[in-house]
Amino acid sequence: MKIMVAVKRVIDYAVKIRVKPDKTGVVTQNVKMSMNPFCEIALEEALRIRESGLASEVVAVSMGPSQCIDTLRTGLAMGADRGIHVEANYSLYPLSVAKILKKLVEIEKPRLLILGKQAIDDDCNQTGQMIAGLLNWPQGTFASKVVLDKEKQVATVDREVDDGIETVCLNLPAVITTDLRLNQPRYATLPNIMKAKSKPIKKFTPEELNVEIKSDLEIVEVTEPPKRKSGVIVSSVDELIDKLKHEANVI
Amino acid sequence: MLNRNSRNIFRFLTRPFFHHQRNSFLLPSSTPSSQFTSVTGFDEKYCTQLHLQRNIIPTELKVFSFFNPLRNFLKTRQLGVGIPHHKCYGSMGGVVQRSPRFSELNDDDVKHFQEVLGEKNVIQDEDKLTAANTDWMHKYKGSSRLILQPCNTDQVSQILKYCNSRGLAVVPQGGNTGLVGGSVPVFDEVIVNLSSMNNIISFDKVSGILVCEAGCILENIMSFLDNEGFIMPLDLGAKGSCQIGGNVSTNAGGLRLVRYGSLHGSVLGVEAVLANGTVLDMLKTLRKDNTGYDLKHLFIGSEGSLGIVTKVSILTPPKLASVNVALLACKDYSCCQKLLQEAKRKLGEILSAFEFLDSQSMDLVTKHLEGARNPFPTSLHNFYVLIETTGSDESSDKQKLEAFLLGSMENELVSDGVLAQDINQATTFWRLREGIPEALIRAGAVYKYDLSIPVENLYNLVEEMRSRLGDAANVVGYGHLGDGNLHLNVSVPQYDDKILSQIEPFVYEWTSKQRGSISAEHGVGLMKANEIFYSQSRETVQLMTSIKNLMDPNHILNPYKVLPHSITS
Ligand SMILES: Cc1cc2nc3c(=O)[nH]c(=O)nc-3n(C[C@H](O)[C@H](O)[C@H](O)COP(=O)(O)OP(=O)(O)OC[C@H]3O[C@@H](n4cnc5c(N)ncnc54)[C@H](O)[C@@H]3O)c2cc1C
Repeated sequence: MKIMVAVKRVIDYAVKIRVKPDKTGVVTQNVKMSMNPFCEIALEEALRIRESGLASEVVAVSMGPSQCIDTLRTGLAMGADRGIHVEANYSLYPLSVAKILKKLVEIEKPRLLILGKQAIDDDCNQTGQMIAGLLNWPQGTFASKVVLDKEKQVATVDREVDDGIETVCLNLPAVITTDLRLNQPRYATLPNIMKAKSKPIKKFTPEELNVEIKSDLEIVEVTEPPKRKSGVIVSSVDELIDKLKHEANVI
Repeated sequence: MLNRNSRNIFRFLTRPFFHHQRNSFLLPSSTPSSQFTSVTGFDEKYCTQLHLQRNIIPTELKVFSFFNPLRNFLKTRQLGVGIPHHKCYGSMGGVVQRSPRFSELNDDDVKHFQEVLGEKNVIQDEDKLTAANTDWMHKYKGSSRLILQPCNTDQVSQILKYCNSRGLAVVPQGGNTGLVGGSVPVFDEVIVNLSSMNNIISFDKVSGILVCEAGCILENIMSFLDNEGFIMPLDLGAKGSCQIGGNVSTNAGGLRLVRYGSLHGSVLGVEAVLANGTVLDMLKTLRKDNTGYDLKHLFIGSEGSLGIVTKVSILTPPKLASVNVALLACKDYSCCQKLLQEAKRKLGEILSAFEFLDSQSMDLVTKHLEGARNPFPTSLHNFYVLIETTGSDESSDKQKLEAFLLGSMENELVSDGVLAQDINQATTFWRLREGIPEALIRAGAVYKYDLSIPVENLYNLVEEMRSRLGDAANVVGYGHLGDGNLHLNVSVPQYDDKILSQIEPFVYEWTSKQRGSISAEHGVGLMKANEIFYSQSRETVQLMTSIKNLMDPNHILNPYKVLPHSITS
């Protein structure tokens, strides 16, 4: 069984985001880029499934500019067997990504597609659901536990929902999106980094895959969230009450 | 679940301990460890015992037996120490007496300070006093009744002028993260805390020169600079609490020294207040200035014994785009050493840190710090090395580092390794190294030694110490290998004089034989004031004493610290 994992290159989550002065987006130049943390978790899960003998191959897919190769190399160093890079030098929104993934699924024929629940840059949380819809596959989103039954070809997925854990059973092939607590991704070790150098990365363009990229979203404006005002230390209870009454207007 | 900002959620969930806990942990007040307070040994019985023991085994004499010419010089001085009424400090094992030359604080003094500083900056609150009287390790504890928090240089000047004329002893205090008992009073010295002087005065984006007040917390300066595209030339585990004034006063080394050199190079100027209140304006912002004696250096590393640093000007390097961190496992110390040699050659211009820790340190960290895990599947490695590179080109830096690492693996200098793929991983690797002091504190009591030793022999000391102490203690070694700086730490359930006598003076003698330094970067403080001769000649210490006498004739500044008690009391 083959597992396909989508990995996105995003601004490293520890980087302080800066909005471009013209409000068209955020500054990405000279900014550290890394693999989306939820994608790392997705890849880790795929690797664990493979290591437990339930899958034979893990293919990592990344879409975007040529630097996505670095993200794929990270994935290969973690242990993915092969990479696929779909080169696109323009913004890709969830529906386009899902359409491209659909084509790749048709080519690669994986039985399981694992994605992060969302990317920390645009926070869309849509791709997994869209691709499941396009493929007409069952989906287990926000997975915090995944158990595969190879015989029955069923995946049992625990999902973190607001009122607890929901468990769903999916017939394979299926789509799974990962939540934070699913696993703790491994590090890229030197021997694996070395091995990754000889692993193949196949390149496609959306045109080659016959996917027409329409920008169905228009960014109107990107702004920073309002700055938190610094607090003040009041010198007496009376002053506090006064401020709550007249400045905060809460009492 | 759906529409939360995942960047923030992720940050929150994955880093429970990095910032919040670390910073608060560094504040002595928030380390409620009864274990330590009970063994700090302020009870009379303990003191007497210690005193007696000292008389039976005249350690002081043994200590200095190496330095024949010095022996007489010291013997006579040391005799004056340790007669009745002395005080002793947990594990220090030292004996020091309150100097009769100092006055005792009275109500008029407090009133005077209130007039100068305003009431709220004259602190007598018990909780605050306890925190300010106790050092980070809970090893040293003073009994000051007063904290003064000046808001500007003029107030510092007025405080010192008054204290000098009244004969009141003073201890300058920054973030109180010092590790040699320098930042807390020994007796009832007035604490002058610089926390309120925390303004950034200017930053020149062209030259990278920052001018700020001494009380700025290192991490706050770092974030300020980060926004401007610059970094501090020093970084250390205590960054969340320590202040730039404290860093300068201890000449802190830290994690980036291998790249950016010591503060003697990057500090371009200081403003300092002398004991008599004179303000010395040496706040230059010039890289080159050869006009006479460069006196600012007297305030770099003199641990508040010559003046209070009130402002600092410092040269900051630009922040480079590409930082890579690798954690490597080595089978023995000789591999770490060869790796260092290779790294200096092959990573040269991008190498920004070369740190090492032994497996005992790794075990401590993974055991005591929440969330810390050994990145290697098998924990059979004896040593770990953390290498950081900082450069301007992500892809070429990474290529260079990878080639170096893979080469080192082929040469079998490295038995395994992990390379951080994102900032979170890099922070996690750093945490394993930076978290050691904190893990040691959690493990119990600790005797800390900060030594400069030629790299070749550096780890021999750890091994010798281990065999000396046997099962009685957990001996760990880590440090800034790139600078030949070993942190030798002896972790014990509680402070114990028997163990101490096995460690000291052995550790100092050993270091001295290697022509090493008994204080590489933490300073001398109270802990090593009487041991300075292990690393400095008699003539040198005499000149130091003359300088002290000239600049602080009444010895009100940080008494009992830095220079031998015999000289300064
Ligand atoms: C977890 C941890 C990690 C550390 N790592 C390192 C490291 O890697 N490298 C290293 O070198 N050190 C290290 N240290 C020790 C180091 O000396 C301090 O952390 C730091 O430099 C002290 O700054 P501070 O503001 O806390 O000073 P304090 O502890 O308050 O004071 C230290 C000394 O300086 C004097 N002083 C403070 N402020 C002034 C001032 N404005 N004017 C005159 N004198 C002053 C004090 O009287 C005292 O003698 C570490 C400490 C901790 C707790």
